[in-house]
Amino acid sequence: MYDLLPEIQRIFCDVFDDSSLVITRASNASTVEDWDSLAHVNLVTAIEKKYGIRFALGELQELKNVGDMIDLIQEKFAVK
Amino acid sequence: MNPSTYSLDELLIKRRGLRRQLLALHGLKDIRIAVLGGTTTNELVDLFEILLLQSGFRPTFYQSEYGRYYEDAVLQPDGMIAFKPDIVYVHTCSLNIQTFPPLSCTENQLPEYVASELARFRAVWRSLSERIGCQIIQNNFELPSHAILGNLDAVRAGGATRFVSELNRQIAAEAVANPRMIMQDLSAIAATIGMSRWFDPERWFSYKIANTVEGSFAVATSLTALVGAIYGRSRKVLVLDLDNTLWGGVIGDDGVDKILIGRETPVAEAYTAFQEYCLRLRDRGILLAVCSKNNEAVAKSGFAHPDSVLKPEHFSAFKANWEPKYENILAIAQELNLSVDSFVFVDDNPAERAIVEAQVPGVAVPAVGNEVAKYPSILDAGRYFELVSLENEDTARAQLYAENSQRAKLQQKFASYGEYLDSLEMMAEIDVFKAIYMARIAQLTNKTNQFNLTTRRYTLAEIEAAAADGNHIGIYGKLTDRFGDNGLISIVLGRLDDTDLHLELWLMSCRVLKRDMEMAMLDSLVEQTRQRGVKRLIGYYHPTAKNGMVANHYENLGFSPVYSDTAIGTTWSLDITNYVARSRHIKILERTDV
Repeated sequence: MYDLLPEIQRIFCDVFDDSSLVITRASNASTVEDWDSLAHVNLVTAIEKKYGIRFALGELQELKNVGDMIDLIQEKFAVK
Repeated sequence: MNPSTYSLDELLIKRRGLRRQLLALHGLKDIRIAVLGGTTTNELVDLFEILLLQSGFRPTFYQSEYGRYYEDAVLQPDGMIAFKPDIVYVHTCSLNIQTFPPLSCTENQLPEYVASELARFRAVWRSLSERIGCQIIQNNFELPSHAILGNLDAVRAGGATRFVSELNRQIAAEAVANPRMIMQDLSAIAATIGMSRWFDPERWFSYKIANTVEGSFAVATSLTALVGAIYGRSRKVLVLDLDNTLWGGVIGDDGVDKILIGRETPVAEAYTAFQEYCLRLRDRGILLAVCSKNNEAVAKSGFAHPDSVLKPEHFSAFKANWEPKYENILAIAQELNLSVDSFVFVDDNPAERAIVEAQVPGVAVPAVGNEVAKYPSILDAGRYFELVSLENEDTARAQLYAENSQRAKLQQKFASYGEYLDSLEMMAEIDVFKAIYMARIAQLTNKTNQFNLTTRRYTLAEIEAAAADGNHIGIYGKLTDRFGDNGLISIVLGRLDDTDLHLELWLMSCRVLKRDMEMAMLDSLVEQTRQRGVKRLIGYYHPTAKNGMVANHYENLGFSPVYSDTAIGTTWSLDITNYVARSRHIKILERTDV
């Protein structure tokens, strides 16, 4: 399967305006500085626009980290 | 700058980086904006900030917590008072309506429900006016997301849709009555996007953001245009190409009989509709200009077509020749005495658009494409000509410029300039600030760039405060002549300091340059200030990129130099104890109120 991590990494760097930011599948709101609830809305909106997908209510609450998010994006992208 | 330079997708991802780059620009105007939201406003404010930075403003924001618009304005306004906003934006939506009328509501009962719902908002506006004295922007309500009664929802007194339209009517009435309040037509913004693409229940449930990100972007775009209009930065001139822009075909090849205009074909109808749109803009004060690669006589023959809505006299400038368009645009700017950053250029040819955009920074060049049927919507969406008040001056502006060109023709016939001035039969009304002129006075302080000694900008609230504080003397001047009424065209505002008067503001509209109006203003200023014990006038000239024409203003009026600094400018003084009135060519009307 196509690895989305590099693309997601770029989105994070842009959204947080930090080119040195390194994201792994294990990254989450507690390991990324600035990832607060407002940044979260920006991230989700940016990702939804980029991939033309919508996260359903409640789906995001169940995600533990970036890896889970990538899997969910890929799942949604596949059924599109 | 064009607010649509970046796409929404780019903005969403690269917002922080863009913000950093834009903040590094020079010459940004600082403004302080408080946003009181009925929903979470962070996304909206993020986008608004970027668009303002692109338009030359550096905003500092205060945001209420979600849903605390009433508390922050009425119950605990200390934080906002300390913030000292220039503008407060109250952003509420249909979801913030607390009490809809019951389905059983009758026509007689409905006004009471409307009044009681609006009481909360009236308290907000009153508190903001009394405690902060700033400009208020209040949006009206978008249609409710569901019409339980179907079509009847908009008809019955108990329908939610009907209720929203009644509320909106009252908000508009308040905006008419209260010059400090500007209404943002959120209902139209949401309708233009489409209600099904506006409302976003998932985001409402998750984040308390009521609308889609497209919705936030549209609101931010509209707000940016409103802020620009408040500070006099809206555009004033629409420059138009001719062939395949104002009519179909090429006038030089096809001739007046073959160009497409009128009602005969769908394509001709579309060009006619665009001409009608341009004429409506002219009727509300936007100047029209032609910039076309054509022989002038041939170009004008197109307007002789019996179905042409536009006629040569509708254009304030007409450039049809073979010079590059960017040179013609600069020439039009000079002719109209307006800077190119007040211009919008429409041309069906992408190559012409590209070269104008590159050669004349500041001109708005919307990507109109080549389908004329879409031009009006594209121009509307750019919100180039936003206005916050419609003064008589605005609707009469194109006529004023036409009168100016008659005056220019007359000028050539006289032996001396004084003789010419006398022939104009000028009459001026000069008096201390009056309430009915405050909106026009605030507007002039914001849009006058050339004949402006200090280029100090005032919001309506600030100018009203200065007029009322007892420490300032402000006078306005209106000028008529045999060709027409020039309207209110000059302002002087001075601050009293014992027997000195510091001239914080002296400006004049360029449409009355070289009429000796400044002398008439000085005569009246001296008369007014002597009564208040003033013995000396202190004048200041602060140079900007645009006000070089008044560098010698005070010297010409006989002031003596006091201080000079290349960066800050010059200071001048005039002893008025033995001043004798100098104006010779303007008759001063007796004041009516003394």
